[in-house]
Amino acid sequence: MRREIPMIVAFVAGVIIILEFFVPTLRNVAGQLQKWYLVVVAFAILVGAFNLLRMNYMKVRGRRVDWPYSIVLIVGLFAMTIVGIGWGIGQGTVFDWLFNYLMFPMSSTMFALLAFFVASAAYRAFRARTVDATLLLVAAVIVMLGQVPIGSIWVPSWWPDSLVFLTPDWLKDRIMNIFNTAGQRAILIGASLGVVSTALRILLGIERSYLGEE
Amino acid sequence: MKFVRWLADIDRRIIFVVIAVAVVVPLLFPLGMRVKVTPQTQTIYDEVENLPGGSNVLVSFDYDPAAAPEVHPMALAFLHHCFQKKHRVIIMALWPQGAQMAVSAMAEINRDFDLEYGRDYVNLGYKPGGAIVIKSLGNSFAEIFPKDMAGRSTATLPLMEDVSNLYDVDLVMDLSAGVPGITEWVIIANALFQTRTAAGCTAVSAPQFFPYLQTGQLIGLLGGLKGAAEYETVTAYAGKASPRMDSQSVAHVVIIVFILFANISYFILRRKREEGSGGPTARPPTSA
Repeated sequence: MRREIPMIVAFVAGVIIILEFFVPTLRNVAGQLQKWYLVVVAFAILVGAFNLLRMNYMKVRGRRVDWPYSIVLIVGLFAMTIVGIGWGIGQGTVFDWLFNYLMFPMSSTMFALLAFFVASAAYRAFRARTVDATLLLVAAVIVMLGQVPIGSIWVPSWWPDSLVFLTPDWLKDRIMNIFNTAGQRAILIGASLGVVSTALRILLGIERSYLGEE
Repeated sequence: MKFVRWLADIDRRIIFVVIAVAVVVPLLFPLGMRVKVTPQTQTIYDEVENLPGGSNVLVSFDYDPAAAPEVHPMALAFLHHCFQKKHRVIIMALWPQGAQMAVSAMAEINRDFDLEYGRDYVNLGYKPGGAIVIKSLGNSFAEIFPKDMAGRSTATLPLMEDVSNLYDVDLVMDLSAGVPGITEWVIIANALFQTRTAAGCTAVSAPQFFPYLQTGQLIGLLGGLKGAAEYETVTAYAGKASPRMDSQSVAHVVIIVFILFANISYFILRRKREEGSGGPTARPPTSA
């Protein structure tokens, strides 16, 4: 029964949510299910936080690799929770101060480091070894130039309209609006079909990985 | 030839230093390059301009501090424009840290406007659940957000008296750095409830939303720092994105020059190898 009951719940809930789109009388039932979902998600966050705490506590206790970082995580988790619950999270609170002057700059810095690795990776990887690689390289250079103001300022004001197709701006727009959009749409349609088939497999009990099965 | 070999396998720390200089110098000595406004930015501006004063605009802060250098400037420029046009703004977040980003944004916006909380804007805070939250907003705001971020009953807020569900929202602006984000707002708010939807996101994720622009499901899209700078330009808002575009411009040119050097050295070495071995050889790529 530990397997059958979750499968029945998934099937009934899934079918009601799908049918709601076609049978308006099911809207109230579907609405109720959605409210339950939001409650379950809220509890899932709590479970996630406890799991994070437990994993890092075990790491510190076992003195595993990089265990000092786990202490930072545990201290941070408790500090933010205590000041948030104790003194609120609005403007001017301790929580707000910690967020703005610790969390904000540290997270932004981590993301900003990407620029350096992208530059290094571009240097090593963007080489015209094959026709495909050359196409990728040329497209990347055009988009990089067209994406920033410097890409359009080198075009003089007297540049003839008949030669506009030679400017990075024009070329970038064509790459993004035609080639990129076509490719993205194909990916989107393919992924959507995959979602539909996976949803059907879950509803019919063929896909059971969400139950912890292989 | 020694120099070409050195160039081909240049120490990545040299690349890091050059990029750092390329980013920092234009920040210290701005070049003042003019940002060209693209149609996908102009349509968002036009939409906000053409809404009658007092319209309800929902701004969803679906990003965290990591994406803030790109997305936060567009939040500031967009909110500034909305309040300039006397629109009423409902703020919410599908990301845990999004609500706090909104607090930071409103702290800056409040310096320029005399806004009254509850009448001019509300911050409903974070709600987990992604697409289901949006779908439930189609039925009722009060049920999903019985209290605002500060714990006040939303029923007592004058702004929310006129907003019962998504049908009462004139424009949704989703500022997103991932999932849940733009896709969820498009497929639920726009497709299901016909709410006019615009979006802003990081530059790296912008290309995947172009199909929604072409179909009209998104009325406009601000992509990365450039999108933010464009919105600042079109609204004449003195924000942080436009000056930062100088840095991005120079960094892009430096990366292109690096790519050029890498390819020159690659072809010189390949020719040398072909001459030595009597035929073309392939060299395995080195790691980043």
